[in-house]
Amino acid sequence: MEMVQTATRIGNLFAARRAEGRKVFIAYLTAGDPTPAHTASLVLALERGGADLIELGVPFSDPIADGPVIQRASYRALEAGATLAGLLETVKEIRRHSEIPLLLFSYLNPLMRHGFGNLAREAAETGIDGVLLTDLSVEEAAEPVKRLREHSLDTVFLAAPTSSERRLRLVAEHSSGFIYLVSRTGVTGQQASLSSAIAPLVERIRPLTDLPLAVGFGIGRPDQVAEAARLADAVVVGSAIVQFVETHGKSPDLATELEVFTRGLTAPLRTS
Amino acid sequence: MTRATLPDSLGHFGPYGGRYVPEVLMSPLEELEEAYRAARLDPAFESELRGLLHHYAGRPTALYFASHLTEILKGAQIWLKREDLLHTGAHKINNCLGQILLARRMGKRRIIAETGAGQHGVATATVCALFGLECVVYMGEEDMRRQRLNVFRMRLLGATVTPVANGSRTLKDAISEAMRDWVTNVATTHYLLGSALGAHPYPMMVRDFHKVIGEETRAQALEQIGRLPDALFACVGGGSNAIGMFAPFVGDSSVQLIGVEAGGRGEKLGEHAARFSGGSPGVLHGTFSYLLQDEEGQVGMTHSVSAGLDYPSIGPEHAWLHDEKRSEYTSASDADALEAAKTLAQTEGIIPALESSHAVAEAIRRAPAQAGKVFVVNLSGRGDKDIDIYRENMPELDV
Ligand SMILES: Cc1ncc(COP(=O)(O)O)c(C=O)c1O
Repeated sequence: MEMVQTATRIGNLFAARRAEGRKVFIAYLTAGDPTPAHTASLVLALERGGADLIELGVPFSDPIADGPVIQRASYRALEAGATLAGLLETVKEIRRHSEIPLLLFSYLNPLMRHGFGNLAREAAETGIDGVLLTDLSVEEAAEPVKRLREHSLDTVFLAAPTSSERRLRLVAEHSSGFIYLVSRTGVTGQQASLSSAIAPLVERIRPLTDLPLAVGFGIGRPDQVAEAARLADAVVVGSAIVQFVETHGKSPDLATELEVFTRGLTAPLRTS
Repeated sequence: MTRATLPDSLGHFGPYGGRYVPEVLMSPLEELEEAYRAARLDPAFESELRGLLHHYAGRPTALYFASHLTEILKGAQIWLKREDLLHTGAHKINNCLGQILLARRMGKRRIIAETGAGQHGVATATVCALFGLECVVYMGEEDMRRQRLNVFRMRLLGATVTPVANGSRTLKDAISEAMRDWVTNVATTHYLLGSALGAHPYPMMVRDFHKVIGEETRAQALEQIGRLPDALFACVGGGSNAIGMFAPFVGDSSVQLIGVEAGGRGEKLGEHAARFSGGSPGVLHGTFSYLLQDEEGQVGMTHSVSAGLDYPSIGPEHAWLHDEKRSEYTSASDADALEAAKTLAQTEGIIPALESSHAVAEAIRRAPAQAGKVFVVNLSGRGDKDIDIYRENMPELDV
């Protein structure tokens, strides 16, 4: 795979953080939850709380890689009328206020239905920086990756504890921006303790790539953020944030409350 | 013919099929494929499977001439491939016996499965009981309600039936939940998928385990009728009984292959499960195939009186056979299927499963205009599990 890339917001972010000796905090949010009207303000709240990069989850009717928390968020968003076109409008709105890197995080079908040629162009025009497709294996990725790269969008792929050496190489070859390491075999959702599978996975993939490594799945508390940050370049928190949005969804101060919650999660990365 | 060698090494039937799953499952799927290919080359595996199919499941099943039905229709001869006579009451056991031997070879101690009508769940629970393996079956709450008898059968066989309350609470959601379990427990667990669906190697493997249906039919037709049939009819949920019947005939261009989907109660999205007339290509549950979906790529709701056909996607090999125009797909409505079940019961003394009734309905519809032709209907299952639904829909008989 050609690795020629122009500088992207994602690449710049990791370079800057590396120069400062700091780790990157990635926040996942299901777009459209609790309603599409909330999403822009919640993204900005996450940024104020210290998030460096936002994964915008595209809601899907059949989220097979997600646990109950993100499943419920997807159903709420769809129920509230979330669409891909609406999400692109939200991105425009975010871009009027912020340059935070945005990664579209989706199951394949909604984007395939939109058409990758169209999607790549519209995503780049509105200010999306990259795409991660949960159920797109590298074997099937040639066409989507080509389209996305044509518009200088980063393509982030998942690596898992079960991935063979051969597969880790393929994942590294197809990825740009960073590689997302799934911390354990399982669906998304908070865990009592950090998975012991992370360290060996980092060890196996590190020699294969110069790309930054992010770890996610099952990280939801500040102490877990601190622990994961010692192993990788970036830490992803998803379900804990989505759960917070669910619990406080009806509050008029949701954005401010989310900002405060996020500040607690990101604190270990600011002080280290 | 290149079709005979499909799928390709990555599981593609033309553009369809493939492997669209989270990375966590990719290496396990590669291992499963490898184990499957090795097993098929092992004479001990083949002979154990053949022995079980014969002594335990009751193969070969009869090819039966439905002379009374034929007489009434005054057209094509109707023959029935009696998969309903198999142990557990449907074709599903063919695949379960194959996969359980494979799981044992792979050292997996825990088996999970999804079920719609409950027939695959019962067949899975059965082979797990036989081999002493732990068994968890996911089933939508709506399907548990309408196929209550099978829920109890699974429990009696020692399986855990886990209700799924998401989405449409039917087969689609049961598969999603089984996939989540598999992602989590893949090291110890084999996912015994029940139709010719999902990521490679499942569509190929499930087809191969059911090919015995078509192979027997071919030999029996030559022996009993003296020639190949003119048309084969099979209902298509995920597509396993149909592909098992069709596969050995794909090279016989004189044999028409007719798949019958659930026409439900109308043509609007949500009222049927007719993927070819109502759907378009998309990805669900690991495979690229025809899919009922809305303009946003969200998976559509489905309806069928028959839980086993109530699913928004279809096995990828059927998508390919459809585009290649090698097989033809049509649908039968809820009402047609119910009527066909009654007709078959009262002419031949055979109560078919609601799924199979869809295939019977299409054969009944076409037979009068095709005198001299030979039709074979794959009678994929028996109707015991559907008695409650038949009762509800035939109040005139339930006095
Ligand atoms: C008797 C019977 N026939 C057919 C089906 C549909 O499945 P498939 O299309 O995989 O044969 C089922 C599924 O539950 C079934 O129980």
